[in-house]
Amino acid sequence: MKLRTRLYYLFMLDIAQGLALTFRYMFKRKVTINYPYEKGPIGPRFRGEHALRRYADGSERCIACKLCEAVCPAQAITIEAAPAADGTRRTTRYDIDMTKCINCGLCQEVCPVQAIVEGPNFEYATETHEELLYDKAHLLANGDRWEPVLAANLAADEKKGRPE
Amino acid sequence: MTLLEPVIGTSAFFLPWVLFLTVGLILCILGATAYLTWAERKVLGAIQLRKGPNVVGPFGLLQPVADGIKVMVKETILPTRANIGLFLAAPIFTFFIALSAWAVIPFGAGVVLANLNVGVLYLLALSSLGVYAIIIAGWSSNSKYSLLGALRSAAQMISYEVSIGLILVTVIIKAGSLNLSEIVNAQKDGWYLFSLLFPMALLFFTSALAETNRNPFDLPEGESELVGGFNTEYSAMIFAMFFLGEYTNMILMSAMTSILFLGGWLPPLAALAFIPGFIWLILKICVCLFLFLWVRGTLPRYRYDQLMRVGWKWFLPLSLLWVVLVATVKLCGGAAL
Repeated sequence: MKLRTRLYYLFMLDIAQGLALTFRYMFKRKVTINYPYEKGPIGPRFRGEHALRRYADGSERCIACKLCEAVCPAQAITIEAAPAADGTRRTTRYDIDMTKCINCGLCQEVCPVQAIVEGPNFEYATETHEELLYDKAHLLANGDRWEPVLAANLAADEKKGRPE
Repeated sequence: MTLLEPVIGTSAFFLPWVLFLTVGLILCILGATAYLTWAERKVLGAIQLRKGPNVVGPFGLLQPVADGIKVMVKETILPTRANIGLFLAAPIFTFFIALSAWAVIPFGAGVVLANLNVGVLYLLALSSLGVYAIIIAGWSSNSKYSLLGALRSAAQMISYEVSIGLILVTVIIKAGSLNLSEIVNAQKDGWYLFSLLFPMALLFFTSALAETNRNPFDLPEGESELVGGFNTEYSAMIFAMFFLGEYTNMILMSAMTSILFLGGWLPPLAALAFIPGFIWLILKICVCLFLFLWVRGTLPRYRYDQLMRVGWKWFLPLSLLWVVLVATVKLCGGAAL
């Protein structure tokens, strides 16, 4: 080792340099996002909590084609269908097991009528497993609650062009 | 004159007064320890561009209270194969040692619980006893991680105690007394930090880091390889006792650094003498504690062989050399010191 290097280590200048660096960092601007009070930005394609959407007249979009059930890699979706009173085919049961779901977004990708979508909400933690077994009513309620955001996100996504 | 002098003859007030002082001191130290954990998280957060605890109370100031409630409510898990008696005794012993050392720390001229003439020895003895608690904890847990952590910890603390002992000898030679108050008074003409003892101050602080198992010498804890070291099997309040013991030891070591090298309760300038001594001591302790946290935020953990090499091949010979040097200077006219 060169004498210079030896002296450098002997007088612990390496450690002093490190300490100076951390001291400077102490007064830098914090990068923390103060989570429950501030949140980071979310893109229009964010895949959060699921929702079943309705048309403007209030009728369900879902036509019970079961493509989402078929494509779901985690087999989290369960659908049962029957003809409705007006003769159209509707779901009688649409369950998503959110504890199986991997948020891959294939269900919304495959949906021909944009009925099932993944919304921007990611704060749906619960205290029990059962609360995460969503049924049709819950998903429709999600859709009603988030519809303005969902529509805006879909429109923004449309403008960017959906991936083929 | 000491705190106890006015009541020492009147036996009716002696015991209550001693009890009052002791309990008061213990409460103050516990409060300081609790807020040291808060300060540590804040300082580390700041270094890493984070905010640290800021939700519980203003600036997160109630965080230690929340943590305290948490550890008290949690279940104490006693491993089936542990030696329960010793397992429970070890954290109590650690905590007891960490607190009892404070009896000889002078907070001002005469403001000391026990003005021992062998105060330095008392502190050295207590810090040696701390190793037993760790060994007992590691052995009685009946777990490989605990045992290895305890062995590391014991080896490390013993190694660095040797150099701490020699560093204390240099201070004792210079001050001419083993009494902590006398050592502070001997620094009236200049703190020992700004004297021939300067390298010893650095060495003492570094050894203090090793002695309290703090970064960069936190191998006994070594969470990445030892899952927490000697306290792996501990949970809830008995873990908190180890934790509080470690932090109380940090404050104690900072107090020792302040007393031995930074002039204890003496003001840095004679003009500032109107501020009471204990405030100066507390300020100096805070500076040392900040150094503890600052070093933790800066340096990575040493390798075990590096730790031993630094302890035995650098600190020991260097402090030995300084003992000889200080003694020689003292013999040939101490004024030049």
